[in-house]
Amino acid sequence: MHKEVKTMLECVPEGSVVHTTGKINPAKTCQPIGAMYAALGIHGCLPHSHGSQGCCAYHRMHLSRHFRDPVLASSSCFTEGASVFGGAANLKTSIKNVFAIYNPEIMAVHTTCLSETIGDDLPNIIKTAEIPEGKVVIHVNTPSYQGSHITGFSGMVKAMVSYLAQAEGAEKKNQLNVIPGFVNPGDMREIRRIVGLLGVKMIMFPDTSDVLDSPLTSKYEMYPKGGATIAEIRDSANSSATLALGAWASNDATDLLQEKFGVTGIPLKLPIGLKATDDFIMAVKDWFGIDVPASLATERGQVVDTLIDTHFHYQGKKVAIFGDPDHVIALTEFVITMGMIPKYILTGTPGKQFDIEIQKLLSGAGIEGSKVKAEGDLLELQQWIRAEPVDLILGTTYGKYIARAEDIPLVRVGFPILDRAVHPLMPVVGYRGCLRLIEQISNALLDRRDRDCLDEDYELVL
Amino acid sequence: MKRQVAIYGKGGIGKSTTTQNTVAALAESGKHVMVVGCDPKADSTRLLLHGLCQKTVLDTLRDEGDDIELDKILKPGFKNTMCVESGGPEPGVGCAGRGIITSINLLESLGAYTDDLDYVFYDVLGDVVCGGFAMPIREGKAEEIYIVASGELMALYAANNIAKGIKKYADNGKVRLGGIICNSRKVDNERPLLEAFAEELGSQLIYFVPRDNLVQRAEIHKKTVIDFDPTSGQANEYRNLAKAIDENKLFVIPKPMKQERLEELMMQHGFLDAM
Repeated sequence: MHKEVKTMLECVPEGSVVHTTGKINPAKTCQPIGAMYAALGIHGCLPHSHGSQGCCAYHRMHLSRHFRDPVLASSSCFTEGASVFGGAANLKTSIKNVFAIYNPEIMAVHTTCLSETIGDDLPNIIKTAEIPEGKVVIHVNTPSYQGSHITGFSGMVKAMVSYLAQAEGAEKKNQLNVIPGFVNPGDMREIRRIVGLLGVKMIMFPDTSDVLDSPLTSKYEMYPKGGATIAEIRDSANSSATLALGAWASNDATDLLQEKFGVTGIPLKLPIGLKATDDFIMAVKDWFGIDVPASLATERGQVVDTLIDTHFHYQGKKVAIFGDPDHVIALTEFVITMGMIPKYILTGTPGKQFDIEIQKLLSGAGIEGSKVKAEGDLLELQQWIRAEPVDLILGTTYGKYIARAEDIPLVRVGFPILDRAVHPLMPVVGYRGCLRLIEQISNALLDRRDRDCLDEDYELVL
Repeated sequence: MKRQVAIYGKGGIGKSTTTQNTVAALAESGKHVMVVGCDPKADSTRLLLHGLCQKTVLDTLRDEGDDIELDKILKPGFKNTMCVESGGPEPGVGCAGRGIITSINLLESLGAYTDDLDYVFYDVLGDVVCGGFAMPIREGKAEEIYIVASGELMALYAANNIAKGIKKYADNGKVRLGGIICNSRKVDNERPLLEAFAEELGSQLIYFVPRDNLVQRAEIHKKTVIDFDPTSGQANEYRNLAKAIDENKLFVIPKPMKQERLEELMMQHGFLDAM
């Protein structure tokens, strides 16, 4: 007798499953990954994981799989002894060894679940460590049982401000801080290009361009040329304003700059999509009273032209969007611009504001009947989709299992993308990012049409 | 500027009773005080709230998730003292130390540390046995500590051990020992022994609270002595203790002693005189 074998995904139960204590297929990962990624955006920085070796190995590997570039970090290498007696001795030895052997400009320490549960007092340990003259150690607490990788990213950026930023006086310089959020190096490069075109002096931190998208040369550089320098981050206290791109990843540091040094914080969405990019450019224009150059107007015009040329590819299609809150909010706004219907919108990161922001976008567009959830998981998303399908999924690599089981095209966007390459170099922010997203979404839907249509409907021109 | 005060001491020594009576006396004199109970038993605010009617921070966190409103966990007690209990796991499971870190972080992010507070008191369980129990004396938290002790060897031994913990944090931070509070057990020569002990630590016996059954009677009625019998002599003792803390100027990095020295001190002042 042949017995029918079901795949695990086909066994996903029908109807809602109440699971309040755990997550099934989480839509997030742990805090230190974000902290480590942010730290790599400081020039000459070695991230340091205060915990056991396994944590550090996993975080490096996860980042390497997404960026396809080496990710270096050191670890406090906890043993049984450290978990009983506390990790102070390990961290002090680590600091001594790291500066002696790897000689970074700065060490950015993040904690792990174990050191958090032991209750290591990081500021105190760092204060009593032997740090060579001119070198710096900063830290952030990143227990993975709170928040997500976005929380960890935000915390590390805030630590950059609290440890490094220093005002020279009450007078502010005619320069702009930009905190880009948890985006790819290609995105950070694009943000730099746009602000460059606007002719404004900018300090962007963290900045992983030229770190995690660095070219292959014949020479190994442990610390690539990219990254915000310590001097730049220090000087951020003297800027006249900070653009916080994405509330979850960038607001905390921006608020601290405002509170401590009176640097005006301007909260914005991630500049993904037409409107969010407009808002970003207009914020710079209004603050500095500059003119937007014709080249940017051309780029914008190209996006509008493309939207008109291609709208019938995606108009009215229903889409499920999941990933990090700042990405998801901006993407939701853009698919609405494109005339699509965001049906399911989910993030794994907690935060009440998520629902409020998304509902604002939905009601503004008169869209009803969508499901929105923060701190959700992908089982829930799959069950929603199973109950009422969508035409497209926008999200990370983890969405591929739903895409296969429910036979729905997936456009990969956000973090992590582990099964496709090149994406870290290709921006989704700015007007160029709009074109890339339109192309990907359009292609995914057209490929599906070509695959599924009858012979007589198989068109040469679409 | 609000003063943040942590009370440590051996288990069962009377920390919670002493803390609540002191807080009641301060509140009576017009101070605005918050009490943060850092004991999984969650009995640090019982006398101020007239019973164990407080749902702990960690129970609230477990039942309702991270989105907690401050007024769910912060209850006004005697003379508008603000009372909060960290709570913690059942005996024998989980990690109580982490519980304290979690709940103090939560209180901070919910904005419980308002500017109108004159005092924040942390009532901390037993010894500084792990990193979590030292949370109240980390940077930016309590800067003065009082150790409750008595003339019994084990109480002094615990007090000395706590002094070691304080020294660790004091060497690199702002936390200081403000004094030893004696909660009398009517041990022979208790006062001279405690005075000598405190002096050896480089600190002071800030107050000697005599033993009085009135304290037990007040406890049975779920009240502080100040609340239960405000005209009693014992109520005045607590008022004097509160005054001594309020006017205290002596804050030191303690010099904990070796076990042998502690026993020597005990022989000198305790038993020898009594023999």
